[in-house]
Amino acid sequence: GPLSERRLMDVRLGELPAWLATCNFSPQGLLAGAQKAWNSYYDKYINVKRGGPAGISMLLAGYCLLSYGWNYQHIKCHRWRKYH
Amino acid sequence: MLSAPLVPLAPAALRSLPPPAAVGILHATRPLHTTQQCLAPLPPLPEKGGEVRYGLIPEEFFQFLYPKTGVTGPYMLGTGLLLYFLSKEIYVINHETVAAACILSIIIYGVKKFGSNVAAFADKLNEEKVATALAVKNEAIKDLETAIEQEKKEQWRVEGRSYLFDAKRNNIAMLLETNYRERLLTVYNEVKKRLDYQVAMQNLKRQKEQDHMIQWVEKNVIQSITPQQQKESIAKCILDLKALSKSAQAAV
Repeated sequence: GPLSERRLMDVRLGELPAWLATCNFSPQGLLAGAQKAWNSYYDKYINVKRGGPAGISMLLAGYCLLSYGWNYQHIKCHRWRKYH
Repeated sequence: MLSAPLVPLAPAALRSLPPPAAVGILHATRPLHTTQQCLAPLPPLPEKGGEVRYGLIPEEFFQFLYPKTGVTGPYMLGTGLLLYFLSKEIYVINHETVAAACILSIIIYGVKKFGSNVAAFADKLNEEKVATALAVKNEAIKDLETAIEQEKKEQWRVEGRSYLFDAKRNNIAMLLETNYRERLLTVYNEVKKRLDYQVAMQNLKRQKEQDHMIQWVEKNVIQSITPQQQKESIAKCILDLKALSKSAQAAV
């Protein structure tokens, strides 16, 4: 279909800048995009009859990674070696 | 999936109309009656969530790498990334690593041991909710069905109206007949009484005349019997009695 209506996963690598150009980067647009992303994740992994640990474990793993990234400058001071 | 059964429901004329932008005061952001979305009944929830391997990595990632690298591709990628992060100390091993390892092992042990129990319990809760809702629905359906049957019975009863009115008409006819016959009998009785009266009158008159005449004749006869004739008749009777007694003695 047309470029603006495709999901990110269906966009080929070469078309990525064009796809980014069609995106709506206003606050409402970003909020709508975030809402859509959360809804698709929720409907796929959490809002099912028989879910498993996967739904929240992926959220927790993502949170761990994010917090590691936010504290990276502080953790860098506790390295074991100076030269890698 | 849902749109197929709804297609024949939307009339063809409405489907061919262009979607209205704004209908008067109603600011509808989506056109009315031209989409085939329907909010009820909702589609049922999917049975299982998306496939996830090791609880962390979605299956789509493995499928994404399969054509180029086969089955071991993602594992090689993971190992390589891990070694790279460790050797370059992008991931620093400190006390938090030990804490994370302990916590993760406990979590995994807990999930492996109690996962199925918790799942069964949650399933039971869901089952109960669904069962109560289903019971309410079935109850409502049963009530409506009994109401339908009673309605049909009432309709059948209405058909018997004509029989009811026929019976009533028969009753009324019988009442009229009875009344007519009673009056007929009354008339007959009255006429008979009058006729009996006339007959009794005639009989009485004749009897009175008869009695009167007999009395008059007796009175005159008694008056005409002179004393002389009385003596002669008495002597004659005595002579007759003597003769009879003689004949009677002779017979004995």
